[in-house]
Amino acid sequence: MAATSTPLAGSGPSRSARSFIERLRSGDQVAHAITLAAAASILLLTGLLVYELFIHSSETRAKFGWSFLFTQTWDPVADEYGALPFIYGTLVSSALALLIGIPLGVGAAIFLAELAPPKISDALTFLIELLAAVPSVIYGLLGIFVLVPLLRIVEPAIRSVLGWTPLFQGPFYGVSLFSAGVVLSVMIVPFIISISREVIRAVPADQREAALALGATRWEATWDVVIPYAKSGILGSIFLALARSLGETMAVTMVIGNDPKIKASLFAPGYSIAAVIANEFTEATGDIYTSALIELGLVLFGLTIVINALARALVATGNRGGNA
Amino acid sequence: MQASAPKSQMELTMPTPTNSSALGASEGTSASTIKLSATDLNFHYGSFQALHGISMKIYANRVTAFIGPSGCGKSTFLRTLNRLNEAVRNTRVDGTVLLDGQDIHDIEVSELRRRVGMVFQRSNPFPKSIFENVAYGLRINGMASNRARLREAVEQSLRRAALWDEVKDKLNQSAYGLSGGQQQRLCIARALAVNPEVLLLDEPCSALDPIATAKIEDLIFQLKDSCTIVIVTHNMQQAARVADFTGFFLLGRLIEFDGTTVIFKNPAKKETEDYVTGRFG
Repeated sequence: MAATSTPLAGSGPSRSARSFIERLRSGDQVAHAITLAAAASILLLTGLLVYELFIHSSETRAKFGWSFLFTQTWDPVADEYGALPFIYGTLVSSALALLIGIPLGVGAAIFLAELAPPKISDALTFLIELLAAVPSVIYGLLGIFVLVPLLRIVEPAIRSVLGWTPLFQGPFYGVSLFSAGVVLSVMIVPFIISISREVIRAVPADQREAALALGATRWEATWDVVIPYAKSGILGSIFLALARSLGETMAVTMVIGNDPKIKASLFAPGYSIAAVIANEFTEATGDIYTSALIELGLVLFGLTIVINALARALVATGNRGGNA
Repeated sequence: MQASAPKSQMELTMPTPTNSSALGASEGTSASTIKLSATDLNFHYGSFQALHGISMKIYANRVTAFIGPSGCGKSTFLRTLNRLNEAVRNTRVDGTVLLDGQDIHDIEVSELRRRVGMVFQRSNPFPKSIFENVAYGLRINGMASNRARLREAVEQSLRRAALWDEVKDKLNQSAYGLSGGQQQRLCIARALAVNPEVLLLDEPCSALDPIATAKIEDLIFQLKDSCTIVIVTHNMQQAARVADFTGFFLLGRLIEFDGTTVIFKNPAKKETEDYVTGRFG
């Protein structure tokens, strides 16, 4: 330290300038400034988003207050707005997507990471990552032209098994909450597979071997040791999938039926928050109509944050429980 | 204090070889039975041959050490004894290994691995509680019929691994809260829980400080009454301290196998002498 500063001290007034340039060249200051700006911009953008949604929804917030969240009427002619059918449709279609997507996605990830020969695993993973990049409107078309006709065919079978529950009653026209859930599940499965596969592959080999060396079968080693080790990463992939399905707009609009009513049956058409904003925003006449749609955006934003926070809390307590 | 214990015990248990010519025939105690015997074992990773014609007898209730430079095949050989190498893709093994006279490939693999336990180089407890780590092997092998039996077996295993007194008040805490040496003894307890007849130790002390190492060496002395122990070690002093028999591996071949004192004091092969005197490796 002393040895390096002595010759610099002898160089007089240029010393501080020179050391500043040297420090710039070393990159620390610059890197610090650039990365700080990048991080700050995220915060700024999020703040701006919430602020804009909040300001522009002031009319309906003033008129309906909290009852906006709990009423079911959506009548632009009479200027009566309630968000409940959309909240319901968003939550139910996403829940259905997870219900179908999690077993399918995690199962496929286990196969690709643990059981498949490496060449087949890599080839399939490449295809799956392509699927994740397909635009959602294409999934909507797939939903309308393939999935909905297919569901019409399997519908009697579902009805004969589960028809006694209120969830599968009433007429089935094809477009419905059920169809939206199935399309969403197809869309989120690639996320769950590709992230979960990476996480499972990253589990140290000695964990697997420790179980095998105790006499575990390959499946026991996978299920008892590898999956619990990878648990938080797999849950992370599920949250990402959930966030995507909550906000998914185009594909859902095309198959959900776009009817703002709450029905117990999944075969009935429904509506989601993202879908109603996309469908009605351009034709919204009048300030209150626009304000109601913007407030729906605020609700969706809040919903996503609350669900993510809950999920994170769940994981945190789950981890404590697991290690305790 | 702890470190001196193994040395004093070593003098008591070290076999006194009578002749150094016959491989493995020089055990000091007469009542030794052969636990494991390998004959002409070859092992390939893809096109690379990692083991060349290894033949060796491992005696019951003795400690057998494998020494040799990195990559000489000693760990690979160890892992063929419980068929753990089968889990690695693109490997091929030929030759026979007998456990109590029965070919290990004729024994159901999970049963073989229950009988031939293993402890790894890096301590690898599961991300579970201390109790569940030890209980896991008992559960999957259906060895504890009820909760009370399970608790009893877990306690007994922790005692055998000389860990019970340190962890008895925190059995439900995460295994990751233990020190490195404690984690390794927990892994030994986990392996002991299923009552293995043979315990394979793959450089169990390479990541531990001298005090933790001494505790594990102490443990090896106590365990050989009930187990046959095979240990791979980088540390020649460790082999000299704990082992009754030592095999020296070089480039995938077993160069020499004999009583530990013979290997260290009076080796038959030039390569062995060069290695144990520190001239290479």
